[in-house]
Parts: sequence; C-alpha cells; structure tokens
Amino acid sequence: MSMSLGSAVMDRMAAKLQKYNFVKKINWGRAVVAGIPTFWLGLFFFVPFLVVFKISLTEAAIAIPPYSELLEWDLEEAYISIKINLGNYLFLFEDDFYLDAYLSSVKIAVLSTFFTLLVAFPIAYAIAKSDGSTRVLLLALVILPFWTSFLLRVYAWMEFLKKNGIVNEFLLTIGVIDEPLIMLQTDFAVYIGIVYTYLPFMVLPLYSALEKMDGTLLEAAQDLGSKPTQSFFLVTLPLAMPGVIAGCVLVFIPAVGEFVIPALLGGADTLMIGRVLWDEFFLNRDWPMASAVAIVMLVVLVLPIMLIRNSQGKGEAV
Amino acid sequence: MQTKSRFLTVTAGLGYLFLYAPIFSLIIYSFNKSKLVTVWGGWSLKWYSELFENEQIINAALLSLKIAFISATLAVVLGTMAGFVLSRFGPFKGKMILSGWVTAPLVMPEVITGLSLLLLFVAMEGLFGWPSGRGTLTIIIAHTTFCLAYVAVIVQSRLASMDETLEEAAMDLGAKPGSLFFLVTLPLIMPAIISGWLLSFTLSLDDLVIASFVSGPGNSTLPMVIFSKVRLGVTPEVNALATLMIAVVAIGVIGAVYQMRRQATLTVKLDDK
Repeated sequence: MSMSLGSAVMDRMAAKLQKYNFVKKINWGRAVVAGIPTFWLGLFFFVPFLVVFKISLTEAAIAIPPYSELLEWDLEEAYISIKINLGNYLFLFEDDFYLDAYLSSVKIAVLSTFFTLLVAFPIAYAIAKSDGSTRVLLLALVILPFWTSFLLRVYAWMEFLKKNGIVNEFLLTIGVIDEPLIMLQTDFAVYIGIVYTYLPFMVLPLYSALEKMDGTLLEAAQDLGSKPTQSFFLVTLPLAMPGVIAGCVLVFIPAVGEFVIPALLGGADTLMIGRVLWDEFFLNRDWPMASAVAIVMLVVLVLPIMLIRNSQGKGEAV
Repeated sequence: MQTKSRFLTVTAGLGYLFLYAPIFSLIIYSFNKSKLVTVWGGWSLKWYSELFENEQIINAALLSLKIAFISATLAVVLGTMAGFVLSRFGPFKGKMILSGWVTAPLVMPEVITGLSLLLLFVAMEGLFGWPSGRGTLTIIIAHTTFCLAYVAVIVQSRLASMDETLEEAAMDLGAKPGSLFFLVTLPLIMPAIISGWLLSFTLSLDDLVIASFVSGPGNSTLPMVIFSKVRLGVTPEVNALATLMIAVVAIGVIGAVYQMRRQATLTVKLDDK
C-alpha cells in the first residue's frame, strides 16, 4: 500500500513538473519515444553497413555462411588472429569488368537523369501554370502511375517495345520502317525505363520550385525586350534551380544502383553495377565480392546522398 | 507568348502520352483472346479466369498482402514516432544521426539495402540464433525499415507546416503529454498518417529486390513470382493482374481527386463571395 501511495505522490509531482512544455521537460518519456525508432534504424539500417564492410574484408569459402572468419581466437592459448583480406578490393580495381560496370552505370544514370529532366520540365511547367481543379488533375495524373506496381510498369514497356509489339506494328503500318526495330534488350530501352519510372521524382520538386515563381518577372523580362527562349534561360531556369537539383539527385542515386530495369529491358551487354552485385550474390554466391561491390558503390554515391540530406536540412521541398 | 504556350502544351501532352500509352496498351491486351500479343483475337476475359485459377500467383498475392499490411502498420507506428521526434523535440543529442538515418533509406539503391539486411540477418543468426532462417519475418523487418523512412518524412513535413498553437493551448489547459499527443496532435496529423500507411502498403507490395535478398525458400512474394514469369516469356495472365492492380489504384486516386476538386471549387466559390 505504501508503495502505491508513494508512487501516486511521485506521479503527481512528476505531472506538475511535466505540465509545462512537455516536449522540453520530460526526459525518460522523450528518451523512449526518440529511442525506439533510433534503435530500429540503427539496428536494421546502420549496423548492416558495418556487417557488409566486415564481410567485404573476408574471403569466399565453401561454408555456411559462405565466407571466412575475420577474427579467430583461442582464450586458453591467449591467441587472437585477425585476417583481413583486401583481395576483393584489389580485384575490383584490377579487373576492367568492374570498373567498366561502375562507369557505365554512372553514364547511364547521368544521361537518363538528363532525359528525365527534359521530359519532366514541360509537364511541371504546365502544372504550375494551370490553376484550380485542372492543376489537381494534372498533378494526380503524374502521381497515379507511381502508385501502381513498378515491376508491372517495366513489364508494360517490355510488351510495348518488343519485336512484335505495338510500337513496331504501328511504325510498320504507317510505313516509316520496313522491318521491326530491335528496341527491347538494348540500352535505349533501359533509358526509357529509367525515365519512365523516375519521372514523378523529377516532376514534383520541379513543380514545387516553379509554383513559387513570380509570373511578373517574366512579364518584366518581356517588357525589357527579352525573347521567350532568353527569358527561359535567364529567368525561369535559374529560379527553378533548387527543384532541378533536388529532382536530379532523386533520380540519379537510385538509377546508379538500378537492377530491375537493366535486367528486364536491357541486353546481355548492358552493364550496370546493380546487376553485377545481384549476379555476384545470386549466381556466383560470392558474398564477400558482392559486399565489396556494394561498399564501392556507396562511396560513389556518398556525395549525392550528402547533397540531398543538406537540402532536406534546409527544409527544401523534396 | 502564344507560340511558347503552344510549344508547352505539345511537349507536356507528349509527356503525358509517354506516361499512359504503355499502361493503356497493357489494359487493352489483357482482354485479348489470343495468346499472341500482336494478333487481336477479339475481346475475352479468359486471362482473368486463368489468373484466378493460378494457385502460385494467388498464394504469392496473399503472402504479399499479409506482409504489406503488417509492415505498413509497423512502419506507421515507428515512422510517426520518428517524424514527431524530429519536428517537435527541439535540438537534442543524436538528432543529426536520426535525421540522417531517416532520409538515407529513401534514396539507397535497393540492391545495397537488400544485401546489407541479409548479411545482418545471417550474422545475427550466427551470434544470437535469431532470426532463425529467413522468410516472412525477415521480409517484414526489411519492409518496415524502408517504409518507416517514408512515413517519418511525410509526418515530419505535415508537423512542420502545422502551427504549434493548438498543442500549446492544450498544454496550457493542463493536458498530459500522452493525452496531448493522442487527443490533439494525432487527429491533426491523421491525413499524413493515412497517406504514409497507403504509401508503405504499396511500396511493400511492389518490392522485388529487397524481398529477393531476405526471403527464404518457399516464401515467394507476388513481385518475385511475376519477375520469374516475365523473364521466362509470354505471360498473358500478368496483363490481367496488372490491369486489376491499376484499376484498384485508379479508383482510389480518382476518388481522392474528386474530393479535392470539390474542395477546390468550394474554395473558389467562397472566394468569389
């Protein structure tokens, strides 16, 4: 009884203390609320990278799990051995295959980010210039495909581009070509796939930058004798720059590591690092090598990832 | 200006055509009687009935729905906590770390997330014996982790755009932290939580790469089954499945737009008066 009485008094005192500005005062409650998601993300997002790094320093072995031990110890004989294998990384830089794969991924990602920007800009501009219910509708039409399955959208392009698919049938019918074009399983199809799937990621930040633009600036430019193209490059584009950067980073990063699009739309010679990692893991079952590929890919992506974090920190719309 | 806006209409129109042409052709061909996609054999619901007789697809779909439901729910709880902490706790130790861990999963290539989680699960099993083997549980953990990040960002931006006076008023009137959150803050951020849940549900339902890494034998989710079928070749049932999924999403989005348009016209009318 005295225990519960004591705790009741404590509760009341605590309540009095906490009454004021609860978000700043209670400590244990705050700690629990902040601690749970931090713990979850630490365990399932951050620690895994340490594990990947550790395994990238081991050697593939015929064992379960299929890699060598980094640390071995025997307490009785006061013996600890650390065996670090840099072989995976050396092999990555010696073998042209991996270097080519990284370069070709970056190239494909850069070009497709640029194409995405070209396709997205008029859409975002048209949405920003429209008003009321039309704007809501145009915006929804951009977001709608994003809510449907990504895999099925890629599949739709497979059907669309294949040898006896609609595009070829149409071009044959109107007589532009004599025999079907080979479009599926080429780099061309990969570009289309990336532009298609990541379009909303580009349109939305562009739209939110263009929406804020003051229309009178364009009128002023026109009054001062600027031509439409001049106004575009000297007024509109600079003002849309935050959106352009945010959109490009959001498309570029996942595009570098893309697996599904090159696997389904690309050809055997479409080299992308996401696919190399996948094959290393699922076909060669070389976990240490796959880990080394992942670590180097992360290093390549650290800069753009920091960029997006900073822009989020400043409260830019993404 | 006239020429410029015509240019804009044409390019934006082409953009929308690019977005919708493949989807519409997929929908139309899902009703094709012929197995050969080029040959139009007349309208038919044949592939829909075959889809519902395909036990592999149905089982995978049920598994995916179950995983998506649990992951989205867990992600909403954890993500709301993270979003709330980030926007309402003021500066605290480790805030930078938490905000970094919340935004990074959004852009992390899926192959890296998948590989790293699998290696973690294997290492944890070796050290603690948990999780024993891989399957539904490990997929749920993986999906919760990346969906959590989306929910946290949505909730955070909703809280940031909302002013704190209502919460302050409740505090002045003596609301305890718990009741303040559940009676004032939670109802205000409900739209963000609902859209976070729906987004998490679709992301989980759609994930191929991460699930392929962390699932075990006999735990194929719907995207895994579709991927292997699509790689093998002609798959008219997949057209039917895609059409059904698109229809569900379209109905949801059209409903939401209709609601928003009504609100928009209402606001315009009020402004006129």
